Amino acid sequence: MLDARVITALEEIVGLEQVTTQKADRICYSYDATQQSFLPDVVVHPANAQEISKVMLLANAEKVPVFPRGAGSGFTGGSLPTRGGIVLVTTRLDRILRIDGDNLVAEVEPGVVTEQFQQAAEKAGLFYPPDPASLKFSTLGGNVAECAGGPRCVKYGVTKDYILGLEVVTPQGDIIRTGGETMKGVVGYDLTKLMCGSEGTLGIITRIVIKLLPLPEAKKTMLVLFDSIDGAAQAVSEITRAKIIPTTLEFMDATTIDCVRKATGLDLPETAKAVLIIEVDGEQGMIERQAQRILEVVRPLGVVETRVADTAAESEEIWKVRRLVSPSLRKVNPDKFNEDICVPRSKVPEMIRRVEAIAEKYAIPIVNFGHAGDGNIHVNIMVDKKQPGIEEKAEAAIEEIFAATLELGGTMSGEHGVGITKAPYIPMELDPAAVAYMKAIKRTLDPNNVLNPGKIFLEDEKTFHRAS
Amino acid sequence: MSKQKKLADYKEEIEQCVKCGACQAHCPVFAENKKESVVARGKVALAHALLEQEVELDERMIADMSQCLLCGSCFDKCPNLVPTDEIIAAARREITEKHGLTTFGKGLTTVLKHPRLMSALAKSGKAFSWLLFKQVPEKSGLHLRFPAPFVSQDRTIPAIAAKPFRERHPEFIPGDRDKPTVAFFTGCMVNHMYPQIGEAVLKSLRFLGMNVLIPHEQGCCGLPAVSAGDGATVEELAERNRQAFSRREPDVILTACASCNVGMGKHFKELGPEFEKLGSRVKDINVFLVEQGLVEKLAALPKKEPSERVTYHDPCHLRTQKITREPRALLQASPGVRYIEMEGADRCCGLGGTFSVYHYDTSKKIGARKAPGIAESKADLVASACPGCMMQLQDTINHAGLEQRVIHVLELVARDLETD
Ligand SMILES: Cc1cc2nc3c(=O)[nH]c(=O)nc-3n(C[C@H](O)[C@H](O)[C@H](O)COP(=O)(O)OP(=O)(O)OC[C@H]3O[C@@H](n4cnc5c(N)ncnc54)[C@H](O)[C@@H]3O)c2cc1C
Ligand code: SF4
Ligand code: SF4
Repeated sequence: MLDARVITALEEIVGLEQVTTQKADRICYSYDATQQSFLPDVVVHPANAQEISKVMLLANAEKVPVFPRGAGSGFTGGSLPTRGGIVLVTTRLDRILRIDGDNLVAEVEPGVVTEQFQQAAEKAGLFYPPDPASLKFSTLGGNVAECAGGPRCVKYGVTKDYILGLEVVTPQGDIIRTGGETMKGVVGYDLTKLMCGSEGTLGIITRIVIKLLPLPEAKKTMLVLFDSIDGAAQAVSEITRAKIIPTTLEFMDATTIDCVRKATGLDLPETAKAVLIIEVDGEQGMIERQAQRILEVVRPLGVVETRVADTAAESEEIWKVRRLVSPSLRKVNPDKFNEDICVPRSKVPEMIRRVEAIAEKYAIPIVNFGHAGDGNIHVNIMVDKKQPGIEEKAEAAIEEIFAATLELGGTMSGEHGVGITKAPYIPMELDPAAVAYMKAIKRTLDPNNVLNPGKIFLEDEKTFHRAS
Repeated sequence: MSKQKKLADYKEEIEQCVKCGACQAHCPVFAENKKESVVARGKVALAHALLEQEVELDERMIADMSQCLLCGSCFDKCPNLVPTDEIIAAARREITEKHGLTTFGKGLTTVLKHPRLMSALAKSGKAFSWLLFKQVPEKSGLHLRFPAPFVSQDRTIPAIAAKPFRERHPEFIPGDRDKPTVAFFTGCMVNHMYPQIGEAVLKSLRFLGMNVLIPHEQGCCGLPAVSAGDGATVEELAERNRQAFSRREPDVILTACASCNVGMGKHFKELGPEFEKLGSRVKDINVFLVEQGLVEKLAALPKKEPSERVTYHDPCHLRTQKITREPRALLQASPGVRYIEMEGADRCCGLGGTFSVYHYDTSKKIGARKAPGIAESKADLVASACPGCMMQLQDTINHAGLEQRVIHVLELVARDLETD
């Protein structure tokens, strides 16, 4: 329990109403989408950078840990108060400060919900491409802190590609600005990029300067069913070879198709062993030509069926197939471990085969789908946690999956970050010298280790190492 | 023994929540206050903590459980189909049982500590025809919706009809011999506040030649009691309606109020197999009229120059049952109507049974989010299919300084129908 003095000090900083130590609130801020739960001592809802700065000064003076939290939709536990202390919620910093069409720049506070910003930009004829599947509820601050990405990554990149500058409260309570307003800028270290994906361990983001694009005129969606995963992978290469970069290239493997068919009765032929959802965007005439060309180049690759959407409603029907995946998975088994590995895209079929072999070895159903265009595969290990010993088995399978991913030149997280769930595996992917370099940055900036401690790097607990 | 499910009976559903947070995008209360304890995920976590006895059903918990419109939007969009609305309703029943209070609301009076609202309430009565209100039977949901000292004088409430709808008509109104007999469940608001909706329903049914049964001893749909956590009243009302609608065995029981449709069609059904027959016959009037081909019949009526721009608000209690197409189809086919879709048509109006009474400020804020869509649509009339929504929307429109009148879909549909 925290000293009453600390609570009073917090109340003085952010106001009585915005500090709570009631059990009910502590429970409500104890979890995120990992479903793990750690009770904080106190929850604070600051309104601005100045208040956050004062909270950090207090935290350093009192040696109390602070855990920044946006919408708590993280998949790796980045916002979890693993050591009690203070949960600092950013949802009150929710203003869109400006959208500047002349310079294609916007400035927002971190608590703004991703989709709400996207819609505001679109109203002005502008476009903010990063599209994590959680965009209806995740915050932009959380997106920057995790460097979130989505299907549109193939063509448009991920969150960090749209961040020009930040205002950050440092772990020791200074308020600094990184980057700027301009498309170019090389003065000093690129702290903006360092903050992107730092998972709230190096500073609390309080303002975000965002780069925008003009809104594409139209888009066109296609669904192509293949008789093999190799056909689908080959299609991805052929499409790029035809000099087309689609907006999205989503794939589903045979187990996924099976799952969706069984759970929803959706009409997907038995012969289909892989699905690609392909979308192109841009000027109307151009996307029509691109769609034609794509259908031409994939045709020899074992196509079972193609569906092309001509209207928004038809496009919606196609995306429905993709959206039905997650709910359908529950029919396989009630619980899942969701990993988001990423391999060079030519290695996708090889990776799927490896995962299938691992699934067979451990007799656990594993369902794969994801972003074929950038090699980001969502590997869903479906288990029933009530079965004794199953978690250990799943963990062993995950370790093998990560080992295979790294062997193929990939990374164990394309989108979701490290947090606590992937921390034990860090030494499998990173050199000891690289880890030491990162830890040195953390130690220097946060000497009292008060800002989101215990995330990304584990100090004491069990870790996995690279097979030599 | 209560027939209704206890909180503990929802253990499995509660554990289905995977904490993804998706409900944050759909909960109207969360949109206003952004505190985790009001969103479905937080409420489910609290319900879980209650079951695990990590927290007690204290005043704080009562306040948290009161922060819900029972709109079902979270359930509708939840990837794991966690029925948060039902879980909250069960928690409220637990509260009324434990605290031995006549209504959930009374429990709230001790915790709300809302001086501004309280003083406004004390002076209330001005906007409300209390004298006539006394004539409304005690078991009517209207008393739960508008418990005397709580109604803000700030709020627009329709007048109480001097003569309730059901008293104006005989129990049975014969139609064509070869046509089925359908029953009309009016609900309290149509009966006492919006009798014109009842007349429109009747006119439409008679236009189709239906034999119409309006059992006089029918009661309230029970939804306000569900919202108030008053389990005993829910059961009593279910029994009363079961009897009222079992006499002539009508094929369908029609509702013109989205909330009544849920109360009669869903909540009563959960009370046991003997209520199955009552609940499963309940049908929304829009759906029924579309099935009966009224859209085509309206389209065949003499054309009129569209005189009014009309938009439509989706009541949560129809939207979450996927009834969105039918009311629009009827409006689009109605002569004289120029239909326009507004932005945010599917946004909650913010009424939510007892919610708007105890949290009028939040309720008003939720409602206010509808105003820009209504204004931009440049509609003359805002149509809906739920008297509750209608009351709240009119309040929102008045507070926003807009001019639109709110009207029931059926009023527009029936306007040009010829009956003898
Ligand atoms: C159903 C679902 C689908 C998802 N799909 C995707 C997807 O497609 N792509 C993807 O990349 N992710 C996805 N995610 C993961 C998650 O939504 C993202 O990581 C998102 O960016 C987290 O945002 P949040 O606001 O919820 O942050 P939180 O979960 O609250 O926090 C995440 C991390 O950011 C830190 N943080 C939050 N705000 C700040 C701040 N202002 N300053 C500094 N640090 C901060 C926290 O400390 C924590 O480490 C998904 C999650 C769910 C539940
Ligand atoms: S209630 Fe449903 S939508 Fe909300 S967090 Fe739980 S599982 Fe997700
Ligand atoms: S029923 Fe409505 S108000 Fe209640 S938690 Fe769900 S979305 Fe929120």
